[in-house]
Amino acid sequence: MDRTVKGPESHIVTRRGILKTGMGVGAAGLLVPLTTPHVWAKTYPTMGTFPEGVQGKSVFAAGLFPLTGAYASLGNDEKKGFELAIEHLNNGSQVTEAVPSLKKGGGVLGKKVEYGIADSQTHSNPAVQAASRFIDTNKAMVMTGAISSAIAVALEELGQRKKVLYFGDVTASNDTTGKDCQRFGFRLMPDNYMFCQALAPVLAKQLGHNLKAAYLVPDYTFGTSLYSSLTQAFAKYGWTSVSEQLAPIGTTDFTSYLLDIANSGAQVMFNETVGADEVTSSKQAVQFGIMQKMKFVIPLASPFIEKPLGPEVLGGMYITLPWYWGMQDKFPLAKYFNEAFHKKFNYVPRYCAAQCYNSMIVWADAVERAGTFYPPEVIKALESGYKVDTIAGQVWFRAEDHQGVSPVPVLQGKTKSEIHGDADNYKIIEIVSGEEMMEPLKDNGCHMPDVAAA
Amino acid sequence: MPSMALLLSQAFSGFAFGCLLALMSSGLTIIFGTLGFVNFAHGAMFMMGAYVAYVVLASTHSYLLALLAGAVVLAVVAVVLERGLLRFFYTRPPEDQLLVTFGLSVMLIEAMRYIFGSDSQQVSPPSWGDGIVNFGGLFYYPLYRVEVIGVTAAFLLALYLLLYHTSLGLMVRAGIEDRRMVSLLGIDVRKMFLLVFVIGAVAAGVAGVIFAPLSAVIPDMGTPFLIQAFVVVVIGGLGSFGGAIVGGLVVGELLSLTTAFDPAYAQASIYLVMTLVLVLRPRGLFGAVGRI
Repeated sequence: MDRTVKGPESHIVTRRGILKTGMGVGAAGLLVPLTTPHVWAKTYPTMGTFPEGVQGKSVFAAGLFPLTGAYASLGNDEKKGFELAIEHLNNGSQVTEAVPSLKKGGGVLGKKVEYGIADSQTHSNPAVQAASRFIDTNKAMVMTGAISSAIAVALEELGQRKKVLYFGDVTASNDTTGKDCQRFGFRLMPDNYMFCQALAPVLAKQLGHNLKAAYLVPDYTFGTSLYSSLTQAFAKYGWTSVSEQLAPIGTTDFTSYLLDIANSGAQVMFNETVGADEVTSSKQAVQFGIMQKMKFVIPLASPFIEKPLGPEVLGGMYITLPWYWGMQDKFPLAKYFNEAFHKKFNYVPRYCAAQCYNSMIVWADAVERAGTFYPPEVIKALESGYKVDTIAGQVWFRAEDHQGVSPVPVLQGKTKSEIHGDADNYKIIEIVSGEEMMEPLKDNGCHMPDVAAA
Repeated sequence: MPSMALLLSQAFSGFAFGCLLALMSSGLTIIFGTLGFVNFAHGAMFMMGAYVAYVVLASTHSYLLALLAGAVVLAVVAVVLERGLLRFFYTRPPEDQLLVTFGLSVMLIEAMRYIFGSDSQQVSPPSWGDGIVNFGGLFYYPLYRVEVIGVTAAFLLALYLLLYHTSLGLMVRAGIEDRRMVSLLGIDVRKMFLLVFVIGAVAAGVAGVIFAPLSAVIPDMGTPFLIQAFVVVVIGGLGSFGGAIVGGLVVGELLSLTTAFDPAYAQASIYLVMTLVLVLRPRGLFGAVGRI
C-alpha cells in the first residue's frame, strides 16, 4: 500500500518513484515545492477506485437507471440526461462554458469521461449488483441514477462502503439526505420536505383551511417520507389526515385503496404514487368519481403522465416538480440544455434528464475545483458551499447533510385550451428559493458518517 | 372496525378484480395442465392484449373490435410461438422450458418497448362504461368495472363450455389428466397442445384488453399480474380450471378485504394464504393428486 499519487492524475507514481524523481531533479529539488506547488503540493493515498480509476486517459462514470419496471419512463429520460452530460463534458457545450472550471472542456481534469449504463429494473438489488460491477471491473469514479429513493439509499450506502461518490439525481425521500445520509452521497434535487413547504401555502390558499385529507402512499421510503412532509406542511393550515393507504410499487389494482379513501370522509386526496403507478391509480380514481367527491392532488407529478392522464385530470391542479423545462425563461442555461436535448433526442427534456445532467455537471465542477479525483478532496469541494451556475439556476450543497440547495418550481396544470405544443402542460406559478424551504438540520436526522466509515 | 358499507364495497371490489384474475389464471392453468410447463410469457401476452386495445381503440373507438382483435392477435402470436419454438421444448427438462418461456417473456416485453417506448399509453373505457353505479346508497362503483364482471364472466363461461361441453374440451381435459394415455388413444396430441396454448394465450390477451382502460399501459404491466396469477393457480390447484376461478376470487377478496383493515398487509395476505394452502393441501384447493 505504498502507492501515492500527485495532484493532477497525469500519471501514477510510487513513493519510491517520487523519491527517485526528487533525487533526479538534483540540487534544485528543494525548490520544487515552491516553483510548481500545484503538482507537488499533495499526494493522496489509495481510496476506493482511486487512483486505479484515473490512471488511464479516461475516467468511468456509472449510470444505474430503471429502464424497465413501473418507473421505466422516468429512467429512460434520466439516462438521456446522463448521456448528454457526458457528451457535453467531453466535447464542451454552452452549459459547460458557463461553468468557469469546465470552460476548457475535454473531459474532467483532462480525462475523457467514459460511461456504462445498467438497468436497475426499479429495484435496489439489481442496482447494487450492477454498480458493484462497475466499481470492481470498470473502476468507476462516480455513480448516479435512482428514481426510486430505495435505490438511492442503497447506492449511497454502497458508495460509502466502496468509497465511490454517488449522486442521487432523482430521489425525493427526506431520508436520502436525512437518516440515511452518507459522506459519499449527494442529492442535488429538492427533497419532499422542500416540495411540500413550497406547495402548501399555494394549495391552502386555493382549497382553504382546516380540510381533511386522504393519502395514497407508495409503500417505501419515498412514500412514507412524502406523507410525513405533507402532513407536517399542511398542519400549519389546519389540515388533518383521515386515511393513509400504503400500496406497493407496481400495484395492479388500486380499487380497494380508493374505496377506503372514498369512504374516509376526506375533502382532499393526495396521490403520491410515481410513474406508471401514478397513471394507473389516477385513472382508477377518476373512474371512481373521486374527482367529483373531493379535490384530487398529485403533489409531485411524474413526467410523461400528461399524455395518459390529460388536462382533464391535470388542468388547474397545483403541483411541484424538481425542474421544469419552462424555467428556461428565467435560467438561460436551461434554454441551451433544452435545445441541445431536443436536437439529440427529439423531445422536450423532463426533470429526470435535467437532474441527472445537472448532477454530472456539478460533480465535474467539484473535481476540477479540487484538482484531483481523490474522493475526500472532491467531497470537500462539494461541501464548500460553492455556487454553480446550472440549468436549474445557482445550486450548491448544504455541507452537513449533502442536501442540494436548488429552486423549487410550483406549477399549475394547463387546461386543454391553454396547451400549445409538446410538453406544454404546466404554467409556472412561482419559483421558490430552495434555501428558504430546507428542513432544519436539527430535524432531518442526518448523522453524517466520516470518510473512513464503512 | 371498518363500516359495513365499506366492507360490502370492498367485497364487491374483490369480486370484480377476482373475475379478471380468474380469466388470466385459467389460461395459465390449462397451459400448465396440458403442456406440462409454466408459461412465464403469460404476463407478456396479457400486456400485448392491452397494447392491441390501445392501437384498436385509438383508431376505431370500438371496444368490441378491440376484444376481437385482442383474441385474434394473441391467437396468431400463440400459433407462431408454439409451432416455431415451444414445441421443441416439450421433451426437454423443466428448467429448459422455464427458461424458454421466461426468455420469451423478456423478448415480447422489450419488443413492445421498442415499438411503443416505456411511456404509458392512453386507453379510456368505452363510452358506455363512463359513469358510476350507485349500489343502494351503500357504495358507488365505476360502471366500467361492473361491466368488466359481465365481460369476464362471459369469457369464462365460453371457456367452460368449450372445455366441458365439447369433444375438443374432453380431449383437452383428458390430456390434463394423462397425456400419454390420450396419445395412445390415437388423438393427435400435437394439435391439442397447439390448441390449448392458443386458448390460454387468448384468455390472457382478452384479460389484457379488458384491463387496459383501468391501468397504465406499459411494457412491464403484465409482470405483477403474472405473479398474482401464479398465486391463484397455486391456491386453486395446478391445471384446474375451476380452481383458477375459485382461486382468482379468493385472491381478489383477500387483497380487497385486507385493505379495508390495513392496506399494508394486502399483498402479504395472499402469500400467507398460498403458504397455508401449500402446507395443508399441497395440490391446491381443486388440484388432482399426482398431477404434480
